[in-house]
Amino acid sequence: MSATVTWDEFTEGIWRQNPVFVMVLGLCPMLAVTVSAVNAMTMGLATMFVLVCSSALVSLMRKMVPKEVRIATYIVIIATFVTVVDYLIQAVSLELYEALGAFIQLIVVNCIILGRAEAHASKNPPLPAMINALGMSIGFFIGLFALGSVREILGAGTLFGVSLFGSGFQPWVIMVLPPGGFFVLGGWLLFFSWMGRRKQRKQTEKLAGVSGHA
Amino acid sequence: MTDQRVIPVKHVPPPPPASPTVGMIRTLGLVSAICGLIIVSAYQSTYDAVAANKRIATERAVFKVIPAAKSIVEYAALPNGGIQKLGAGDTATPSGAVGFFAAYDEHGRLAGIAAEGGAKGYADTVRIMFGYSPACQCVVGFGVVAMRETPGIGDKIIKDREFLANFAALDVKLTADLSALANEVMAVKHGTKSNPWQIDAIAGATITSRAVGRAINDAAQALLPRLVPKLEILQKAQKS
Amino acid sequence: MTQPLIEIRSAPHLKAAKSVETIMRHVVYSLLPICAFYIFQYGISALASILVVTIACLLTERALISTGTQAGRLSDFSAVITGLLLALTLPPGFPLWMGAVAGVVAIALGKALFGGIGFNVFNPALVGRAFVQAAFPTAIATYTPSFLAGRFTEFIPSSLALPLMIPAGAAEWLKAKQFDALAGATPLAKWKFDGVVVNADELLTSLSGHMAVGPAPALILLCGAYLAARRFMDWRIPVAILGSAALTAWLLFAIDPGRYPNPFFMLFSGGLILGAVYMATDMATSPVTPKGMWVYGALIGLLTVVIRYYSGLPEGVMYAILIGNAASPLIERITQPTPFGRGVSLGRTRKRASYPLNPGYISREEAGAVTPKKRFLPRKPKK
Repeated sequence: MSATVTWDEFTEGIWRQNPVFVMVLGLCPMLAVTVSAVNAMTMGLATMFVLVCSSALVSLMRKMVPKEVRIATYIVIIATFVTVVDYLIQAVSLELYEALGAFIQLIVVNCIILGRAEAHASKNPPLPAMINALGMSIGFFIGLFALGSVREILGAGTLFGVSLFGSGFQPWVIMVLPPGGFFVLGGWLLFFSWMGRRKQRKQTEKLAGVSGHA
Repeated sequence: MTDQRVIPVKHVPPPPPASPTVGMIRTLGLVSAICGLIIVSAYQSTYDAVAANKRIATERAVFKVIPAAKSIVEYAALPNGGIQKLGAGDTATPSGAVGFFAAYDEHGRLAGIAAEGGAKGYADTVRIMFGYSPACQCVVGFGVVAMRETPGIGDKIIKDREFLANFAALDVKLTADLSALANEVMAVKHGTKSNPWQIDAIAGATITSRAVGRAINDAAQALLPRLVPKLEILQKAQKS
Repeated sequence: MTQPLIEIRSAPHLKAAKSVETIMRHVVYSLLPICAFYIFQYGISALASILVVTIACLLTERALISTGTQAGRLSDFSAVITGLLLALTLPPGFPLWMGAVAGVVAIALGKALFGGIGFNVFNPALVGRAFVQAAFPTAIATYTPSFLAGRFTEFIPSSLALPLMIPAGAAEWLKAKQFDALAGATPLAKWKFDGVVVNADELLTSLSGHMAVGPAPALILLCGAYLAARRFMDWRIPVAILGSAALTAWLLFAIDPGRYPNPFFMLFSGGLILGAVYMATDMATSPVTPKGMWVYGALIGLLTVVIRYYSGLPEGVMYAILIGNAASPLIERITQPTPFGRGVSLGRTRKRASYPLNPGYISREEAGAVTPKKRFLPRKPKK
């Protein structure tokens, strides 16, 4: 296994294997905290920190972890960084901490992180593992932000707390309730699968066109 | 089921290779050590900021319900009738004690007492903070600490002017022997408030309004009979 | 002349001039008088609301059919029914843009998502209403008095709210018309929050006074009777719903008349009659077995009364029917009729149609090598 870092390793998580829109992982924090764009971004950054740090550490220790205790080791490592993030957010803003509630601690069981540790970091040197983790977390961040911004715009008429429609805006209460999360996620999934299919159709048309000419 | 599990085993799989016990212990020990180190250093480096944040949050909540306040001291009212000052580091209150905050104005005079209360609302417990004025024996301020009420309906208790007007002077007088509240604080249907100890509920958010009433009632019921006899101590406390 | 053909097809072999389209068309016919009366009650706002909601439903249906997302044709009238029913359950002064949102959601989420006509699990109109109820709880609770002077020339102000904007409050407008703010409350809301019980005979026709109610229950019952008489609708479901609601309400009334209103009030207030006659009877979402219809109706009636009495909401018909819809596959399963010639003896008829889980399927490892004899497998229906 060479230590070369491919561009694909980075972009994989952002688009082709996007954890939210393609793998549909990590839905629990996704649906619960994306009530506003700021909450979503904080969650995204917290997950990013945990994912990158834990991937690095797991990758560093990959040669000495016996496979019988690997899950336990990964969980301990992940939990450590989650605790660190927990303290950091408390130190930055208590308000944000209250808004995110238990979901900071629940990053421990976010399957994206354990999945990356198991599938990628434990098999690759630290640099590619971190790059891959960074790409994944950017993908997750994009997903969270896509949900959070739509829900905040419809649910409160604001984006990052800035009013978009003036004071007469009628908030869609359902968007800040849990069902709203499902609706918006469904909408985005629909959008991305439609895009994917269109791309595929264009490719087949191109192929058909080429073979027709030949 | 266990009786039926006598299954003739035809093929015995080879026993797994002996687990590298030493390796496992070494790895886990190392991981734990590294992780412990990281956690402790994170805790140490953020401790001051977190404590400052918490203090600011508490102060802000108290100052909101007692606008005249400039500084606060945390106390606990003990079950035996005494009160005890809590230091900044004390997180564990004595068992059975009711915590409250004494707020002092810029001249060091007692501006009011702030206390927390909670009651089940529509979605979850509504935790509130209220300011008590010893002078008029009434609740003079009200704020929400935490709630998960329906946005647009239940969360009106933060903003609804008519509702907040209830807490300009909500009567929480004690009975003559200072053993209990003279009147039960409770939320009544919108537009039917007739006594100073009643809370005019928000139309359409009756459950949340009732939760606020119950939270104040329960907290006042628990705290005031212990607190009122000791008010003089609190008044002196800051001057000394 | 066509060639004589042998047509081989599966059941049903029913030969009658009743296609889906015919049934739907007659349901629309029977809804027209109700809509007309509703417009008579509330004037131009109600007319606009019905038109906008129905058009929103039709446009959504058209768009989704043309993209191949859902089955069905625009001409099968089902989207019209959804639109009309949805409009009738919304307050007359409901902002038109919210009405359009409700219509789009009703078809897109309530119907197209499941595959179109006949595949929907929930009544589309109620899905649309549930969405706007959760999204705009204030607007959907704002009723206005009926039979106002000048209702045919003037919109209720909230109707014309700009898209995405909060509708104007009705209080000012009502004051100008010399009504107090409470005149806009529905009879159920008045009972729930103020303890005022309106007489049942007034509710039945809703002609007296300026009550803020939906279309008259008497008219709905009449139109429903037409559908039932023409066999376009099964009479068991409405009868079961109304019967069970009345029975529950009567029992509670008998226990404590001071706390619970009389059963007639329960029956004729709110949307119970409309829901029982037109919404719960939706063919795709209700059980097909006769016994199942009774169970389904009884469940909805009971839930309606329970939600009205014991929840924070004044009205419970919508959620009761949605829960009933969700339960109806299960109800169908446990009320399968016994096939002819089977299970008459031995008193085991009731077990016939239910298929307990084969322990062997629960977990191969757990069950071990000894699997119980599969006595019931030969009777398992073919998929």
